[in-house]
Amino acid sequence: MNSGDTAWVLASAALVLFMTPGLAFFYGGMVRAKNVLGMLMQNFFCMGIISVLWMLVVFSLAFGDDHGGLIGGFDFAGLSGLTHAGASLPGYTGALALTVPPIAFVAYQMMFAVITPALITGATADRLRFVGFAVFAGLWAVVVYAPVAHWVFSPNGWLAQRGALDFAGGTVVHINAGVAALAVVLVVGRRRGWPADAMPPHSLPLTLLGAGILWFGWFGFNAGSALGANALAAQALINTHLAAAAAMLGWLVVERLKDHRATTLGAASGAVAGLVAITPCAGFVNAAAAVVIGLLAGAVCFLAISLKYRFGYDDALDVIGVHLVGGIAGSLLVGIFATRSVNANGADGLLAGGGLHLLGEQALAVAVTMVFSFTVSLALAKVVDMTIGLRVTPDEEVEGLDTTQHAEAAYNLRELGSMGRIG
Amino acid sequence: MKLVTAIVKPFKLDDIKTALDGVGTHGLTVSETQGYGRQRGHTEVYRGAEYQVDFVPKVRVEVLVEDDDVERVVEAIVTAARTGKIGDGKVWVQTVDTIIRVRTGERGADAL
Repeated sequence: MNSGDTAWVLASAALVLFMTPGLAFFYGGMVRAKNVLGMLMQNFFCMGIISVLWMLVVFSLAFGDDHGGLIGGFDFAGLSGLTHAGASLPGYTGALALTVPPIAFVAYQMMFAVITPALITGATADRLRFVGFAVFAGLWAVVVYAPVAHWVFSPNGWLAQRGALDFAGGTVVHINAGVAALAVVLVVGRRRGWPADAMPPHSLPLTLLGAGILWFGWFGFNAGSALGANALAAQALINTHLAAAAAMLGWLVVERLKDHRATTLGAASGAVAGLVAITPCAGFVNAAAAVVIGLLAGAVCFLAISLKYRFGYDDALDVIGVHLVGGIAGSLLVGIFATRSVNANGADGLLAGGGLHLLGEQALAVAVTMVFSFTVSLALAKVVDMTIGLRVTPDEEVEGLDTTQHAEAAYNLRELGSMGRIG
Repeated sequence: MKLVTAIVKPFKLDDIKTALDGVGTHGLTVSETQGYGRQRGHTEVYRGAEYQVDFVPKVRVEVLVEDDDVERVVEAIVTAARTGKIGDGKVWVQTVDTIIRVRTGERGADAL
């Protein structure tokens, strides 16, 4: 055990946790005022339900004793056997041996599982029934997140064994959530009035605040994935920052050329697109590559958000355009820019003389994650929709999620109200 | 007695209030409102989705005055509210039958 490494992983767990309320505000500012609490709640609630499920069973399924590279066992269910001295996790041996207590790793990885289903809520904004979402998110963590995390993050997972690289969750988090978002959107359908009616963001200051919190927390997400306080963590941290910065520029330049204005929402969105794209790359590439990855991600994701109008799916807050497309871009760019000079446990991509092998493994991991997550998420959303109901009624949708789902209003601005206490 | 109503640019409200103090008015009523004149609205763009916003935020100022004071009050408002650019607003004057001060029941000019 190394106390410096442990301190950094514990601090990173807190940083990653903070991303979920950050995401809530990033999304919450973009919805209409009648739905902002509904959006904040769907995100905030993930901190509750997913954390408890993680402790009970999801960690064990993701990182427990391997079964054919496909799934972990139930040996760590309830986190049993992890607290005693000398506890270890399967697969973390040799060069990958943990220098932090397994329970610190459990806490750190928990925060990834929390934010991943929360990412989906942006696509389905303004129309999910809270109870339906709660059940969907919990089941999704078990049947979708746990297996994909095992395949890619666990050293015993079949994609990791083949050599696919995902430093902090390009496939496991962003492609996984992004493609699941597409599946759920196809099940619940469009918002009433989309795309003809105006649905402008109700508070871009909240969105920029949320983007700032995400950016801050992302240092824990990516640099924490070094699982130590070391040179690799520092490289991942500066790569993360540079990619976000460059992606903001990339997005704004294309936006200025196409729409004639550089917008605050564009600056926030571009930064997040860069953070998404650098996530799989952060600990495998150098700083110059991080800037190129960021610039590409900003420009590509800006262009990708218009796809929903062409194909007619209502990805309300562009989860597919930013997280799925950004995740795919980053995961594939690992195959171009990865170099063992940054991370000896990584691999050499195309530009480092490694040929096309790594790019092929990356493409396979992307394709497998997309097919699996889309299929299972679609089926799960269908089942929840048919049994519990995943979408609010038309009346509830018009009135808004805040009052219909939570019996609250976000903004009680008028003192001359007609509000009298009845209970 | 007259009711002077002015629809003006919100950022001009302080100037108008100062100008009205200078011509001896005793009070005014202000409300936030929206609308359009020749200025029309403006466009907004959110992630490539362009919106036409028809209504522009304005402030409505209402002042009750005696007949003799109307010209000075109107002049004060118009001068204070003018920027010379499109969208400066409108001012109009209506005759008022009577005015009652709620606290005392005074009527007419005494209630101003």
